[in-house]
Amino acid sequence: MAKITMVEAINLAHAWEMAEDPSVVVLGEDVGVNGGVFRATAGLQQRFGKSRVQDMPLAEGLIAGTAIGMAAQGLRPIAEIQFMGFIYPALDQIASHMARLRNRTRGRLSCPLVLRMPHGGGIHAPEHHSESLETLLCHHPGLRVVCPCTPTRAYGLLLASIRDPDPVIFLEPVRLYRYARQEVVDDGQALPIGNCHMLREGSDLTLVTWGAMTVDSLKAAEQVATDGISCEVIDVSTLSPIDFETILTSVVKTGRLLIVHEAPRTVGVGAEIAATVAEQALYDLHAPIRRVTGYDTVMPLYRLEHEYIPGVARILDGIRATVGD
Amino acid sequence: MARFEIPYRGCLANDGTLCGELPAFGADTELLRDLYRTMVRARTFDTKAVNLQRTGKLGTYPSCLGHEATHVGAGAAMRTEDVMFTVYREVGSKLWRGVDMLDILLYWGGDERGTIYQRNTQDFPFCIPIGSQMPHAAGAALSFQIRGEPRCALVFIGDGGTSQGAFYEALNLAGTKSLPLVCVIVNNRWAISVPVETQTASQTLAQKAIAAGIPGQQVDGNDVLIVREVVGEALERARQGGGPSVIEALTYRLSDHTTSDDATRYRRAEEVAAAQRLEPIGRMRRFLEARGLWSEAQEEQLRRESAAQVDAAVKQYLATPRQSSDTMFDYLFAQLPVGLRAQREDARRYAAPTS
Repeated sequence: MAKITMVEAINLAHAWEMAEDPSVVVLGEDVGVNGGVFRATAGLQQRFGKSRVQDMPLAEGLIAGTAIGMAAQGLRPIAEIQFMGFIYPALDQIASHMARLRNRTRGRLSCPLVLRMPHGGGIHAPEHHSESLETLLCHHPGLRVVCPCTPTRAYGLLLASIRDPDPVIFLEPVRLYRYARQEVVDDGQALPIGNCHMLREGSDLTLVTWGAMTVDSLKAAEQVATDGISCEVIDVSTLSPIDFETILTSVVKTGRLLIVHEAPRTVGVGAEIAATVAEQALYDLHAPIRRVTGYDTVMPLYRLEHEYIPGVARILDGIRATVGD
Repeated sequence: MARFEIPYRGCLANDGTLCGELPAFGADTELLRDLYRTMVRARTFDTKAVNLQRTGKLGTYPSCLGHEATHVGAGAAMRTEDVMFTVYREVGSKLWRGVDMLDILLYWGGDERGTIYQRNTQDFPFCIPIGSQMPHAAGAALSFQIRGEPRCALVFIGDGGTSQGAFYEALNLAGTKSLPLVCVIVNNRWAISVPVETQTASQTLAQKAIAAGIPGQQVDGNDVLIVREVVGEALERARQGGGPSVIEALTYRLSDHTTSDDATRYRRAEEVAAAQRLEPIGRMRRFLEARGLWSEAQEEQLRRESAAQVDAAVKQYLATPRQSSDTMFDYLFAQLPVGLRAQREDARRYAAPTS
């Protein structure tokens, strides 16, 4: 079996579900003959036709809003926003309609759609191309927000997202698109949304993270292992709703929690995790909860992006400080 | 029943002869040469910038190849006190308006100092979120109107940008308030991989102005003379209180969308080759030469000077040390909130050396 990248796995999941389910359609900017700027939809228009893979006029609000109308009419749209930094014109549609349609019609209408977009920085991209804006989406009840960190997870979670009866925001960590290859069984098997994934078991500290930060977190966990510190690393994977059971079970076991994310610190998803753990497991903690995050700054242009994105050194210090407390 | 017309204007044919009346500014032969010189400088810069990206010394860069007449012509029609709102490709407009090549390199080289513009204090920096510059220009125009200043806002937008809500919203406002705003739609036929026919069923982009009660016209965007003339007329009309205009400049994106793009995936080489034959710089040179305003020696000198200017900017760019991590914080607010000081300290601790 060939080993493939995350972006290839995303492409495979599209193709599987489009072949299985004629109601699945793809829309976005440059998703057709160009196959998406990251090649996530490469070959789909050639294989499934222009009717099912539609290039849209250049308007993110239009793409999100159109997907809502299509989904309510029984299609299963997979809509692409080219970069997460361009999501702002779409937020009106996402917040005012996508997240609310089922609720406001008491279930008469719904939005079974996927809104995919690259997430995060680290690839020397221009301004507005490197943002981590998951908080904007997680703050809206009625949306699922998923963020895979490996090719197999991307494949299985995208299939689950397409099949989900409600809208799913699918965040694709941009520096993992081609970071590693993995064997992916192209069998149409979905992975459940709403579960954390255990990346590494340990006993001294629970490190909770997601997206591209899983890579640096695992590197840091490996390094401290040589000092005899045993980190349990959890990929949150679904950022809304969060699988707190897995996180709490781990924290009860280790007594220590470090949260690592790329997005700015203030009102980041890490704050929600810290608050919930404080509410439900404070007496199991041996040390204060810590966060290692992006700073509360504008995402800088690329020459400073590695000053902004938490690296292994910051995570190592976070681990050592938490274990030392 | 309402009837509308979208005029099309050009004056410089591809062979360098006049196919329309020479604008009055054509009497200023030094201006004619300056228009040409700036187009050549923009292209020399552009070629070098693409090469820098290819050798890993610049980030993603959107080439302006083929757009020089539109960019330079529109920039040259402005007065110094007018304010310009660009998209991200208008090298020629920026150079005409006193932005340094170094600034443009710094910006695409991932350094915010490329937006400081030492010799241009009012123009906005490049604007990447498509169409979002339109309301800013309308706002600037509204401020000129409120204060009774004889100034204008000039805003560029691409063919793809005309699909954004912000485009219509801003034009609508400009129409209702008769704002001193000139919108130049740079129709280069391609929004990354999407051709203009897929973008809109509208026969012209200029006619999108009609719905906002604004006159719209098309010009040959590879003819620097007509762009300079028509944009100049629109600015003067706006300055006199005559209200906004939309000018659609028909040109062609001869390059990939950016250095991250590969246009061979979605458009035919014959189409690009045909557009190449209509490119703007050769045409202006033929015009100047035919009128005895330009010689081989002047051409050689210009090429030499342009290359030297670009080389000097590149040298300075490559020697510019990275900013410190403090700068992520220091420009967020006029005064850094106390709560952020600890984060700034933290960033310092992990910062890599800046040189």
